[in-house]
Amino acid sequence: MSVRELIVSKIKDGTVIDHIPSGRALDVLKVLRISGSENFRIAIVMNVESSKLNKKDIVKIEGRFLSKDETDIIALIAPTATINIIKNFEVVEKRKVSTPRVISGLIKCPNVTCITKHEGIETTFEVLSAGLRARCIYCNTELSYPEFVELILKQLGPKK
Amino acid sequence: MFKLIKISINEILGLEGVIMSDGFKGLSGKDIISVLDLSKEDFENIFKLADEYRVNGYRDVLRGRVLSVAFFEPSTRTRLSFESAMHRLGGSVIGFSSEEATSVAKGEKFIDTVRMLDSYSDVIVIRHKFEGAAKLAAEVAEHPVINAGDGRNEHPTQAMIDIYTILKLKSNVSNLIIGVMGDLKYARVVNSLLYAFTIFKPKKVYLISHPLLKLRDEAKKFIASQGLNFEEVSDINLVLNELDVLYVTRVQKERFPDPIEYEKVKNAYKLTADVLRKCKEDLIILHPLPRVDELERSVDSTKHAAYFKQASLGVPLRAALLTLILGGY
Ligand SMILES: [Zn+2]
Repeated sequence: MSVRELIVSKIKDGTVIDHIPSGRALDVLKVLRISGSENFRIAIVMNVESSKLNKKDIVKIEGRFLSKDETDIIALIAPTATINIIKNFEVVEKRKVSTPRVISGLIKCPNVTCITKHEGIETTFEVLSAGLRARCIYCNTELSYPEFVELILKQLGPKK
Repeated sequence: MFKLIKISINEILGLEGVIMSDGFKGLSGKDIISVLDLSKEDFENIFKLADEYRVNGYRDVLRGRVLSVAFFEPSTRTRLSFESAMHRLGGSVIGFSSEEATSVAKGEKFIDTVRMLDSYSDVIVIRHKFEGAAKLAAEVAEHPVINAGDGRNEHPTQAMIDIYTILKLKSNVSNLIIGVMGDLKYARVVNSLLYAFTIFKPKKVYLISHPLLKLRDEAKKFIASQGLNFEEVSDINLVLNELDVLYVTRVQKERFPDPIEYEKVKNAYKLTADVLRKCKEDLIILHPLPRVDELERSVDSTKHAAYFKQASLGVPLRAALLTLILGGY
């Protein structure tokens, strides 16, 4: 099967998330709380050639549209992503995500001796190197990408 | 309408032409949370003024100003040297240390305590067992905040004293090979010192520690990103004969989550006069003090011991910093 065949099969209504950094498609589904048991028709394409990214992942979800909040969360783990909302086979909306420089209030600092833990205040993470790492501006604890995803999932709480 | 009469700090000190007032302005009202809040020029201005105080004595430049010391964690040296510095400059001091901290802060949020001190004083010096406390205090307080140690994060004024001592005894940093030994994982002075090295760029830094006490990854990544030339080694004997400066830190029991882990490492990196037989003639040994077991008293009488000199520079250095932060020129 050619790369083209893998990518182009169209969906009727739903969302196409393109230009995901390669290897992160499954994390994108995780933070969208999609496990596969929801009955959406989903196509996941991983590690295919991309003119922009060298290699990329693509996720297509039939029958599911992303909220603004969901777009923001995807920006954190897939800063290069483009999100296309499809209605009746047409792209009706194209969202280009952008990684914030700082993330406030979304995730709690995992460091047990961080002052924010004890004062019960929101912390702010400074995003280092575009979605790869983040650092608590109070205690300087750095999160690796997997820790970061884990904390986002924890913060999103159990699946509804 | 009334008119503000501005007198430059140089006039007060009679230092015209000695210190560039431009550099001074950069420090006025500034929070000192991390060593990285300072430029090299800031460091140099602080050192120049500390020199001036050491040579010509202190003056009452901070008369009428009040310093708050908020020590939520015990420390005698750091607190007393800030207090002494403020008194020497004609200012006064209020505050508390850990013994009273429990009652002062009983049922009160940390940030409310900071607000109170902020309304009573012109500058707050804070020590706390949690990382980020000084930064949070600085966000709440109108007046400048100086970090005197926050958890395992930083202790910037100690690093200023360390660099100042090296410059006094070795006249430059860039030609030196410097070993930093001991607890590199939990010691905040090590973080601040290494960050200061990214500004002063020694020729090489050896990080000498037990594998359990290696420098944490985030600090390592940072100093690497700043181009600091460093190498990790696990035995002082491998590098001792190369060193111009050896910085020894204590292994702090209270930083260990597990007391068994502490017992395992506490004697692993111990400096004795005997170990020093193989070192360079002009090696200097620094230690932030107080020491525990890592620096034997037998070292005190060797010509290498520079830690008492280092400790004696604490007051003039902190006096210079307080002057520049509260300068009012
Ligand atoms: Zn934190």
